[in-house]
Amino acid sequence: MEIPDTLKYTREHEWARTKGTQVVIGITDFAQDQLGDVVFVELPDVGDTVKKGESFGVVESTKAVSELFAPLSGKVVEVNDPLADAPETINDDPYEEGWMIVVEPSDPKELEALMDAKAYRAFVEEQE
Amino acid sequence: MAQRTPLFETHVRSGARMVDFAGWEMPVQYAGILEEHEAVRTRVGLFDVSHMGEVVFRGPRALEALNRLFTNDLSKVADGQAQYGCLCRESGGIVDDVVVYRRAADDLLVCVNAGNRQKDFDWLSGHPGGADVKNESDDWAQLALQGPRAAQLLQRLTPLDLMPIRSYRFARGEVAGVPCLVARTGYTGEDGFELFCPPAAAPRLWDALLDAGQAEGIQPCGLGARDSLRLEMAYRLYGSDMDDGTTPLEAGLGWVVKLDKGEFIGRDALVRQKEQGLARKLVGFVLTDAGIARHGYPVVQDGRKVGEVTSGTKSPSLKTSIGLAYVPPALAAEGSTFGVEIRGRAAAAKVVKTPFYTRK
Repeated sequence: MEIPDTLKYTREHEWARTKGTQVVIGITDFAQDQLGDVVFVELPDVGDTVKKGESFGVVESTKAVSELFAPLSGKVVEVNDPLADAPETINDDPYEEGWMIVVEPSDPKELEALMDAKAYRAFVEEQE
Repeated sequence: MAQRTPLFETHVRSGARMVDFAGWEMPVQYAGILEEHEAVRTRVGLFDVSHMGEVVFRGPRALEALNRLFTNDLSKVADGQAQYGCLCRESGGIVDDVVVYRRAADDLLVCVNAGNRQKDFDWLSGHPGGADVKNESDDWAQLALQGPRAAQLLQRLTPLDLMPIRSYRFARGEVAGVPCLVARTGYTGEDGFELFCPPAAAPRLWDALLDAGQAEGIQPCGLGARDSLRLEMAYRLYGSDMDDGTTPLEAGLGWVVKLDKGEFIGRDALVRQKEQGLARKLVGFVLTDAGIARHGYPVVQDGRKVGEVTSGTKSPSLKTSIGLAYVPPALAAEGSTFGVEIRGRAAAAKVVKTPFYTRK
Protein backbone atom coordinates (compact mmCIF):
# COMPACT_ATOMS: atom_id res chain seq x y z
CA MET A 1 0.00 0.00 0.00
CA GLU A 2 1.23 3.41 -0.95
CA ILE A 3 1.75 6.04 1.79
CA PRO A 4 3.81 8.94 0.36
CA ASP A 5 6.35 10.41 2.81
CA THR A 6 5.55 13.99 1.85
CA LEU A 7 1.90 14.02 2.93
CA LYS A 8 0.04 14.46 6.23
CA TYR A 9 -2.74 12.09 7.29
CA THR A 10 -5.88 11.86 9.41
CA ARG A 11 -7.28 8.97 11.40
CA GLU A 12 -10.22 8.98 8.96
CA HIS A 13 -7.80 8.25 6.10
CA GLU A 14 -7.68 11.62 4.36
CA TRP A 15 -4.37 13.04 3.19
CA ALA A 16 -3.28 16.70 3.00
CA ARG A 17 -0.53 18.18 0.84
CA THR A 18 0.83 21.73 1.04
CA LYS A 19 0.73 23.70 -2.19
CA GLY A 20 2.06 27.21 -1.51
CA THR A 21 -0.24 28.67 1.12
CA GLN A 22 -2.96 26.22 0.21
CA VAL A 23 -3.64 22.58 1.07
CA VAL A 24 -4.78 19.84 -1.31
CA ILE A 25 -7.00 17.14 0.25
CA GLY A 26 -7.93 13.61 -0.82
CA ILE A 27 -8.35 10.08 0.57
CA THR A 28 -5.58 7.55 1.01
CA ASP A 29 -4.76 4.39 -0.91
CA PHE A 30 -5.89 2.41 2.16
CA ALA A 31 -9.22 4.25 2.18
CA GLN A 32 -9.95 3.66 -1.50
CA ASP A 33 -9.00 0.01 -1.16
CA GLN A 34 -11.33 -0.44 1.82
CA LEU A 35 -14.17 1.31 0.00
CA GLY A 36 -13.94 -0.73 -3.16
CA ASP A 37 -15.14 0.69 -6.46
CA VAL A 38 -16.06 4.34 -5.93
CA VAL A 39 -19.17 5.11 -8.00
CA PHE A 40 -20.26 8.50 -6.65
CA VAL A 41 -18.67 11.50 -4.99
CA GLU A 42 -20.26 14.60 -3.49
CA LEU A 43 -17.93 17.54 -2.80
CA PRO A 44 -18.46 21.09 -1.53
CA ASP A 45 -18.54 24.12 -3.83
CA VAL A 46 -15.77 26.65 -4.25
CA GLY A 47 -16.28 29.33 -1.60
CA ASP A 48 -17.73 26.92 1.00
CA THR A 49 -15.97 26.64 4.32
CA VAL A 50 -14.88 23.35 5.82
CA LYS A 51 -14.19 22.71 9.48
CA LYS A 52 -11.53 20.41 10.88
CA GLY A 53 -12.98 17.04 11.79
CA GLU A 54 -16.33 17.78 10.19
CA SER A 55 -17.82 16.24 7.08
CA PHE A 56 -17.11 18.01 3.80
CA GLY A 57 -18.64 15.46 1.44
CA VAL A 58 -19.23 11.79 0.77
CA VAL A 59 -17.84 9.02 -1.37
CA GLU A 60 -20.02 6.07 -2.24
CA SER A 61 -18.99 2.64 -3.38
CA THR A 62 -21.38 0.13 -4.90
CA LYS A 63 -22.23 -1.02 -1.40
CA ALA A 64 -21.68 1.82 1.04
CA VAL A 65 -21.69 5.53 1.81
CA SER A 66 -18.64 7.06 3.56
CA GLU A 67 -18.28 10.60 4.81
CA LEU A 68 -15.20 12.67 4.13
CA PHE A 69 -13.74 14.56 7.09
CA ALA A 70 -11.78 17.77 6.74
CA PRO A 71 -8.19 17.47 7.98
CA LEU A 72 -8.22 21.21 8.71
CA SER A 73 -10.45 24.29 8.62
CA GLY A 74 -10.56 26.83 5.84
CA LYS A 75 -12.18 28.00 2.67
CA VAL A 76 -12.56 25.81 -0.42
CA VAL A 77 -10.74 27.46 -3.33
CA GLU A 78 -10.75 24.61 -5.84
CA VAL A 79 -12.78 21.41 -6.40
CA ASN A 80 -11.84 18.45 -8.58
CA ASP A 81 -15.00 18.61 -10.70
CA PRO A 82 -14.02 15.84 -13.17
CA LEU A 83 -14.44 13.33 -10.31
CA ALA A 84 -18.23 13.71 -10.65
CA ASP A 85 -18.11 11.95 -14.02
CA ALA A 86 -15.12 9.75 -13.27
CA PRO A 87 -15.29 8.80 -9.58
CA GLU A 88 -13.20 5.68 -10.31
CA THR A 89 -10.20 8.04 -10.56
CA ILE A 90 -10.19 7.94 -6.75
CA ASN A 91 -9.44 4.20 -6.93
CA ASP A 92 -6.96 4.48 -9.76
CA ASP A 93 -4.87 7.41 -8.51
CA PRO A 94 -5.86 8.50 -4.98
CA TYR A 95 -2.88 10.80 -4.39
CA GLU A 96 -2.69 12.65 -7.73
CA GLU A 97 -5.60 12.71 -10.21
CA GLY A 98 -7.97 11.62 -7.43
CA TRP A 99 -7.47 14.75 -5.27
CA MET A 100 -10.74 16.22 -4.02
CA ILE A 101 -10.52 19.81 -2.85
CA VAL A 102 -8.00 22.62 -2.27
CA VAL A 103 -8.44 24.64 0.93
CA GLU A 104 -7.05 28.00 2.02
CA PRO A 105 -6.44 27.13 5.68
CA SER A 106 -7.71 29.47 8.38
CA ASP A 107 -5.16 28.10 10.84
CA PRO A 108 -2.11 26.61 9.10
CA LYS A 109 -0.93 25.16 12.42
CA GLU A 110 -3.72 22.58 12.15
CA LEU A 111 -1.69 20.90 9.43
CA GLU A 112 1.19 20.29 11.83
CA ALA A 113 -1.09 18.37 14.18
CA LEU A 114 -1.80 15.69 11.54
CA MET A 115 0.06 12.39 11.35
CA ASP A 116 3.15 12.06 9.21
CA ALA A 117 3.61 9.07 6.90
CA LYS A 118 5.36 6.99 9.55
CA ALA A 119 2.67 7.54 12.16
CA TYR A 120 -0.08 6.90 9.60
CA ARG A 121 1.55 3.67 8.47
CA ALA A 122 1.64 2.45 12.06
CA PHE A 123 -2.01 3.51 12.48
CA VAL A 124 -3.08 1.60 9.38
CA GLU A 125 -1.19 -1.52 10.43
CA GLU A 126 -3.10 -1.42 13.70
CA GLN A 127 -6.37 -1.30 11.75
CA GLU A 128 -5.60 -4.36 9.67
CA MET B 1 -19.34 -16.35 16.40
CA ALA B 2 -19.97 -16.05 12.69
CA GLN B 3 -20.63 -19.24 10.76
CA ARG B 4 -18.40 -20.32 7.91
CA THR B 5 -19.05 -22.24 4.72
CA PRO B 6 -16.84 -25.18 3.65
CA LEU B 7 -15.19 -22.71 1.25
CA PHE B 8 -14.08 -20.23 3.92
CA GLU B 9 -10.41 -21.25 3.73
CA THR B 10 -10.52 -21.14 -0.05
CA HIS B 11 -11.87 -17.58 -0.02
CA VAL B 12 -9.31 -16.33 2.47
CA ARG B 13 -6.45 -18.03 0.67
CA SER B 14 -7.57 -16.46 -2.63
CA GLY B 15 -7.52 -12.97 -1.12
CA ALA B 16 -11.27 -12.35 -1.00
CA ARG B 17 -12.47 -9.61 1.30
CA MET B 18 -14.65 -11.18 3.97
CA VAL B 19 -17.64 -9.57 5.68
CA ASP B 20 -20.36 -10.61 8.06
CA PHE B 21 -23.63 -11.34 6.27
CA ALA B 22 -26.64 -12.60 8.22
CA GLY B 23 -24.28 -14.20 10.74
CA TRP B 24 -22.03 -15.69 8.07
CA GLU B 25 -18.44 -14.81 7.26
CA MET B 26 -18.71 -14.46 3.49
CA PRO B 27 -16.66 -13.00 0.64
CA VAL B 28 -18.03 -9.58 -0.35
CA GLN B 29 -15.60 -9.22 -3.23
CA TYR B 30 -12.70 -10.90 -4.99
CA ALA B 31 -11.49 -8.59 -7.77
CA GLY B 32 -13.94 -5.74 -7.16
CA ILE B 33 -17.70 -5.58 -7.40
CA LEU B 34 -17.83 -3.85 -10.80
CA GLU B 35 -15.39 -6.28 -12.38
CA GLU B 36 -17.24 -9.29 -10.98
CA HIS B 37 -20.60 -7.87 -12.07
CA GLU B 38 -19.30 -7.39 -15.59
CA ALA B 39 -17.89 -10.92 -15.66
CA VAL B 40 -21.30 -12.41 -14.87
CA ARG B 41 -23.10 -10.24 -17.43
CA THR B 42 -20.64 -11.01 -20.24
CA ARG B 43 -18.83 -14.27 -19.35
CA VAL B 44 -19.27 -16.38 -16.25
CA GLY B 45 -18.93 -15.93 -12.49
CA LEU B 46 -18.73 -18.40 -9.60
CA PHE B 47 -20.36 -17.71 -6.23
CA ASP B 48 -20.27 -19.56 -2.94
CA VAL B 49 -23.87 -19.56 -1.70
CA SER B 50 -23.48 -22.35 0.82
CA HIS B 51 -24.91 -20.08 3.50
CA MET B 52 -28.36 -20.69 1.99
CA GLY B 53 -30.35 -23.27 3.94
CA GLU B 54 -32.19 -26.42 2.86
CA VAL B 55 -35.29 -27.88 4.44
CA VAL B 56 -36.66 -31.12 3.06
CA PHE B 57 -40.29 -32.38 3.06
CA ARG B 58 -40.64 -36.14 2.64
CA GLY B 59 -43.42 -38.69 2.73
CA PRO B 60 -46.72 -39.37 0.99
CA ARG B 61 -48.19 -36.09 2.26
CA ALA B 62 -45.11 -33.94 1.50
CA LEU B 63 -46.48 -32.12 -1.54
CA GLU B 64 -49.83 -31.36 0.04
CA ALA B 65 -48.22 -30.27 3.32
CA LEU B 66 -45.74 -27.91 1.70
CA ASN B 67 -48.32 -26.52 -0.69
CA ARG B 68 -50.36 -25.42 2.32
CA LEU B 69 -47.38 -23.32 3.46
CA PHE B 70 -46.50 -21.93 0.05
CA THR B 71 -48.13 -19.13 -1.97
CA ASN B 72 -47.33 -20.61 -5.39
CA ASP B 73 -48.73 -23.95 -6.56
CA LEU B 74 -46.44 -26.97 -6.36
CA SER B 75 -49.08 -29.22 -7.95
CA LYS B 76 -48.48 -27.31 -11.20
CA VAL B 77 -44.83 -28.28 -11.55
CA ALA B 78 -43.43 -31.63 -12.59
CA ASP B 79 -40.82 -33.69 -10.80
CA GLY B 80 -37.43 -32.21 -11.69
CA GLN B 81 -38.84 -28.69 -11.72
CA ALA B 82 -38.32 -25.81 -9.29
CA GLN B 83 -40.72 -23.09 -8.30
CA TYR B 84 -40.31 -19.71 -6.60
CA GLY B 85 -42.79 -18.48 -4.00
CA CYS B 86 -43.33 -17.24 -0.47
CA LEU B 87 -44.00 -18.78 2.91
CA CYS B 88 -46.56 -16.58 4.67
CA ARG B 89 -47.91 -16.17 8.16
CA GLU B 90 -51.65 -16.09 8.86
CA SER B 91 -51.34 -12.30 8.64
CA GLY B 92 -50.02 -12.61 5.08
CA GLY B 93 -46.60 -11.37 6.25
CA ILE B 94 -43.69 -13.07 4.51
CA VAL B 95 -41.75 -15.62 6.58
CA ASP B 96 -39.34 -16.05 3.67
CA ASP B 97 -39.15 -16.18 -0.10
CA VAL B 98 -37.89 -19.58 -1.22
CA VAL B 99 -37.29 -21.85 -4.18
CA VAL B 100 -38.79 -25.32 -3.90
CA TYR B 101 -37.14 -28.14 -5.85
CA ARG B 102 -39.68 -30.88 -6.52
CA ARG B 103 -37.58 -34.04 -6.69
CA ALA B 104 -40.80 -36.07 -6.39
CA ALA B 105 -44.25 -35.52 -4.94
CA ASP B 106 -42.95 -37.17 -1.77
CA ASP B 107 -39.54 -35.46 -1.74
CA LEU B 108 -39.25 -31.66 -1.97
CA LEU B 109 -36.27 -29.51 -1.11
CA VAL B 110 -36.90 -25.95 0.07
CA CYS B 111 -33.98 -23.56 -0.44
CA VAL B 112 -34.23 -20.80 2.18
CA ASN B 113 -32.37 -17.57 2.88
CA ALA B 114 -29.29 -17.78 5.11
CA GLY B 115 -30.63 -15.41 7.74
CA ASN B 116 -33.86 -17.38 7.98
CA ARG B 117 -32.50 -20.92 8.33
CA GLN B 118 -33.70 -21.46 11.89
CA LYS B 119 -36.84 -19.31 11.61
CA ASP B 120 -37.99 -21.17 8.49
CA PHE B 121 -37.26 -24.58 9.91
CA ASP B 122 -39.19 -23.69 13.09
CA TRP B 123 -42.09 -22.43 10.98
CA LEU B 124 -42.13 -25.35 8.56
CA SER B 125 -41.61 -28.08 11.14
CA GLY B 126 -44.26 -26.40 13.28
CA HIS B 127 -46.75 -27.03 10.45
CA PRO B 128 -45.62 -30.45 9.21
CA GLY B 129 -49.05 -31.44 7.82
CA GLY B 130 -48.14 -35.09 8.09
CA ALA B 131 -44.84 -34.76 6.23
CA ASP B 132 -41.40 -35.61 7.57
CA VAL B 133 -39.69 -32.19 7.78
CA LYS B 134 -35.93 -32.15 8.13
CA ASN B 135 -33.38 -29.34 8.33
CA GLU B 136 -30.60 -30.39 5.95
CA SER B 137 -28.88 -27.00 5.85
CA ASP B 138 -25.61 -28.38 7.14
CA ASP B 139 -25.69 -31.29 4.69
CA TRP B 140 -25.39 -29.15 1.58
CA ALA B 141 -22.92 -26.70 0.08
CA GLN B 142 -24.11 -24.62 -2.84
CA LEU B 143 -22.20 -23.00 -5.68
CA ALA B 144 -23.79 -20.67 -8.23
CA LEU B 145 -22.26 -20.65 -11.71
CA GLN B 146 -23.84 -17.73 -13.54
CA GLY B 147 -23.38 -16.03 -16.88
CA PRO B 148 -23.80 -16.53 -20.63
CA ARG B 149 -20.87 -18.98 -20.76
CA ALA B 150 -21.95 -21.03 -17.72
CA ALA B 151 -23.60 -23.80 -19.74
CA GLN B 152 -20.70 -24.39 -22.14
CA LEU B 153 -18.28 -24.55 -19.20
CA LEU B 154 -20.44 -26.83 -17.07
CA GLN B 155 -21.15 -29.17 -20.00
CA ARG B 156 -17.43 -30.01 -20.23
CA LEU B 157 -17.43 -31.15 -16.60
CA THR B 158 -20.56 -33.29 -16.48
CA PRO B 159 -21.94 -36.35 -18.27
CA LEU B 160 -25.43 -34.85 -17.81
CA ASP B 161 -26.96 -33.43 -20.97
CA LEU B 162 -27.66 -29.82 -19.94
CA MET B 163 -29.88 -29.05 -22.94
CA PRO B 164 -33.09 -30.50 -21.46
CA ILE B 165 -32.37 -28.83 -18.11
CA ARG B 166 -34.09 -25.62 -19.05
CA SER B 167 -34.77 -22.68 -16.75
CA TYR B 168 -36.09 -23.77 -13.34
CA ARG B 169 -35.41 -27.43 -14.03
CA PHE B 170 -32.84 -29.64 -12.36
CA ALA B 171 -31.31 -33.08 -12.42
CA ARG B 172 -28.99 -35.20 -10.34
CA GLY B 173 -25.54 -35.87 -11.77
CA GLU B 174 -21.81 -35.62 -11.30
CA VAL B 175 -19.85 -32.44 -11.91
CA ALA B 176 -16.09 -32.94 -11.95
CA GLY B 177 -16.75 -36.26 -10.22
CA VAL B 178 -18.76 -34.64 -7.41
CA PRO B 179 -22.37 -35.82 -7.01
CA CYS B 180 -24.60 -32.75 -7.39
CA LEU B 181 -28.11 -31.56 -7.78
CA VAL B 182 -27.67 -29.43 -10.90
CA ALA B 183 -30.36 -26.74 -11.11
CA ARG B 184 -30.79 -24.13 -13.82
CA THR B 185 -31.67 -21.44 -11.30
CA GLY B 186 -29.98 -18.31 -10.02
CA TYR B 187 -30.23 -14.80 -8.65
CA THR B 188 -28.44 -12.80 -11.34
CA GLY B 189 -30.75 -12.63 -14.35
CA GLU B 190 -28.26 -14.51 -16.50
CA ASP B 191 -28.39 -18.08 -17.66
CA GLY B 192 -26.69 -20.24 -15.08
CA PHE B 193 -26.76 -23.05 -12.58
CA GLU B 194 -26.87 -23.67 -8.88
CA LEU B 195 -24.99 -26.77 -7.80
CA PHE B 196 -25.96 -28.41 -4.52
CA CYS B 197 -23.20 -30.75 -3.33
CA PRO B 198 -21.86 -32.43 -0.19
CA PRO B 199 -19.95 -29.85 1.93
CA ALA B 200 -16.74 -31.88 2.02
CA ALA B 201 -16.58 -31.89 -1.79
CA ALA B 202 -17.26 -28.17 -2.21
CA PRO B 203 -13.61 -27.01 -2.32
CA ARG B 204 -12.84 -29.65 -4.98
CA LEU B 205 -15.84 -28.59 -7.07
CA TRP B 206 -14.96 -24.89 -6.68
CA ASP B 207 -11.38 -25.47 -7.83
CA ALA B 208 -12.45 -27.67 -10.74
CA LEU B 209 -14.89 -25.04 -12.02
CA LEU B 210 -12.31 -22.26 -11.70
CA ASP B 211 -9.63 -24.32 -13.45
CA ALA B 212 -11.84 -25.42 -16.31
CA GLY B 213 -13.42 -21.98 -16.56
CA GLN B 214 -10.17 -20.23 -17.47
CA ALA B 215 -11.16 -20.76 -21.11
CA GLU B 216 -14.42 -18.87 -20.50
CA GLY B 217 -12.80 -16.08 -18.48
CA ILE B 218 -14.39 -17.22 -15.23
CA GLN B 219 -14.33 -14.87 -12.23
CA PRO B 220 -14.92 -15.83 -8.59
CA CYS B 221 -17.50 -13.42 -7.19
CA GLY B 222 -18.65 -12.18 -3.81
CA LEU B 223 -21.91 -11.05 -2.29
CA GLY B 224 -21.39 -7.47 -3.49
CA ALA B 225 -21.81 -8.42 -7.14
CA ARG B 226 -24.59 -10.84 -6.21
CA ASP B 227 -26.48 -7.88 -4.75
CA SER B 228 -25.94 -5.49 -7.68
CA LEU B 229 -26.84 -8.23 -10.17
CA ARG B 230 -30.08 -9.16 -8.39
CA LEU B 231 -31.07 -5.52 -7.97
CA GLU B 232 -30.69 -4.83 -11.71
CA MET B 233 -33.28 -7.61 -12.15
CA ALA B 234 -35.45 -6.15 -9.35
CA TYR B 235 -35.24 -9.51 -7.58
CA ARG B 236 -36.32 -8.91 -3.99
CA LEU B 237 -33.93 -9.46 -1.11
CA TYR B 238 -35.47 -10.79 2.07
CA GLY B 239 -34.65 -8.57 5.05
CA SER B 240 -34.19 -5.53 2.82
CA ASP B 241 -37.18 -5.39 0.48
CA MET B 242 -39.56 -7.50 2.54
CA ASP B 243 -39.95 -9.12 5.93
CA ASP B 244 -42.57 -10.58 8.28
CA GLY B 245 -44.40 -7.25 8.19
CA THR B 246 -44.89 -7.08 4.41
CA THR B 247 -47.09 -9.23 2.23
CA PRO B 248 -46.23 -10.70 -1.19
CA LEU B 249 -48.90 -8.46 -2.75
CA GLU B 250 -47.24 -5.34 -1.33
CA ALA B 251 -43.83 -6.64 -2.40
CA GLY B 252 -44.99 -7.00 -6.01
CA LEU B 253 -44.92 -10.79 -5.82
CA GLY B 254 -48.58 -11.27 -6.70
CA TRP B 255 -47.45 -13.43 -9.64
CA VAL B 256 -46.36 -16.16 -7.19
CA VAL B 257 -49.55 -15.97 -5.11
CA LYS B 258 -52.17 -18.45 -6.33
CA LEU B 259 -55.26 -17.45 -4.38
CA ASP B 260 -57.46 -19.89 -6.28
CA LYS B 261 -55.37 -23.01 -5.68
CA GLY B 262 -57.11 -23.86 -2.39
CA GLU B 263 -56.24 -23.29 1.24
CA PHE B 264 -52.79 -22.14 2.32
CA ILE B 265 -51.56 -20.25 5.36
CA GLY B 266 -51.96 -16.54 4.77
CA ARG B 267 -54.52 -16.94 1.99
CA ASP B 268 -57.44 -15.38 3.86
CA ALA B 269 -55.42 -12.31 4.80
CA LEU B 270 -54.17 -11.92 1.23
CA VAL B 271 -57.68 -12.25 -0.21
CA ARG B 272 -58.84 -9.55 2.22
CA GLN B 273 -55.92 -7.32 1.34
CA LYS B 274 -56.62 -7.72 -2.34
CA GLU B 275 -60.29 -6.81 -1.85
CA GLN B 276 -59.53 -3.81 0.34
CA GLY B 277 -56.70 -2.57 -1.83
CA LEU B 278 -53.03 -2.15 -0.94
CA ALA B 279 -51.77 0.70 1.22
CA ARG B 280 -48.31 0.55 -0.35
CA LYS B 281 -46.53 -1.10 -3.21
CA LEU B 282 -42.93 -1.92 -3.94
CA VAL B 283 -41.82 -0.19 -7.14
CA GLY B 284 -38.64 0.15 -9.15
CA PHE B 285 -37.34 3.67 -9.66
CA VAL B 286 -34.43 5.53 -11.19
CA LEU B 287 -33.01 8.74 -9.79
CA THR B 288 -33.13 11.53 -12.33
CA ASP B 289 -31.02 13.75 -10.03
CA ALA B 290 -27.46 12.95 -8.97
CA GLY B 291 -26.96 10.63 -6.02
CA ILE B 292 -27.49 7.05 -4.95
CA ALA B 293 -30.56 5.88 -3.04
CA ARG B 294 -29.90 3.49 -0.15
CA HIS B 295 -31.93 1.18 2.07
CA GLY B 296 -33.89 3.23 4.61
CA TYR B 297 -33.86 6.58 2.79
CA PRO B 298 -37.28 8.31 2.97
CA VAL B 299 -39.50 8.67 -0.08
CA VAL B 300 -40.94 12.20 0.08
CA GLN B 301 -43.76 14.05 -1.61
CA ASP B 302 -44.57 17.71 -0.90
CA GLY B 303 -42.10 17.71 1.98
CA ARG B 304 -43.77 14.75 3.68
CA LYS B 305 -42.46 11.21 4.10
CA VAL B 306 -44.74 8.87 2.15
CA GLY B 307 -42.59 5.80 1.74
CA GLU B 308 -39.16 4.24 2.05
CA VAL B 309 -36.34 2.99 -0.14
CA THR B 310 -35.58 -0.69 0.49
CA SER B 311 -32.66 -1.23 -1.94
CA GLY B 312 -30.55 1.07 -4.05
CA THR B 313 -27.28 1.23 -5.91
CA LYS B 314 -25.68 2.64 -8.99
CA SER B 315 -26.40 0.05 -11.66
CA PRO B 316 -23.05 -1.19 -12.99
CA SER B 317 -24.64 -2.27 -16.30
CA LEU B 318 -26.85 0.76 -16.90
CA LYS B 319 -24.73 3.40 -15.12
CA THR B 320 -27.89 4.88 -13.64
CA SER B 321 -28.97 5.10 -10.04
CA ILE B 322 -31.66 2.47 -9.43
CA GLY B 323 -33.68 1.30 -6.47
CA LEU B 324 -36.77 -0.31 -4.98
CA ALA B 325 -39.12 1.57 -2.67
CA TYR B 326 -42.47 1.19 -0.94
CA VAL B 327 -44.77 3.99 -2.08
CA PRO B 328 -48.52 4.72 -1.85
CA PRO B 329 -50.50 3.21 -4.76
CA ALA B 330 -51.08 6.70 -6.16
CA LEU B 331 -47.33 6.95 -6.83
CA ALA B 332 -46.83 3.39 -8.05
CA ALA B 333 -47.68 3.75 -11.75
CA GLU B 334 -44.89 3.79 -14.29
CA GLY B 335 -43.80 7.39 -14.87
CA SER B 336 -44.89 8.60 -11.41
CA THR B 337 -42.40 10.92 -9.76
CA PHE B 338 -41.40 11.45 -6.13
CA GLY B 339 -38.42 12.54 -4.09
CA VAL B 340 -35.82 10.40 -2.34
CA GLU B 341 -34.31 12.19 0.61
CA ILE B 342 -30.54 11.92 0.45
CA ARG B 343 -28.68 13.68 3.27
CA GLY B 344 -31.47 16.19 3.80
CA ARG B 345 -32.14 16.95 0.14
CA ALA B 346 -34.87 15.52 -2.07
CA ALA B 347 -33.46 13.92 -5.22
CA ALA B 348 -35.99 13.43 -8.03
CA ALA B 349 -37.00 9.85 -8.79
CA LYS B 350 -39.21 8.28 -11.43
CA VAL B 351 -41.02 4.94 -11.37
CA VAL B 352 -39.87 2.65 -14.18
CA LYS B 353 -40.69 -0.80 -15.47
CA THR B 354 -38.69 -3.65 -13.99
CA PRO B 355 -36.42 -5.46 -14.47
CA PHE B 356 -34.10 -2.52 -14.89
CA TYR B 357 -31.77 -4.69 -16.92
CA THR B 358 -32.74 -6.94 -19.83
CA ARG B 359 -30.48 -9.79 -20.86
CA LYS B 360 -28.85 -9.20 -24.24
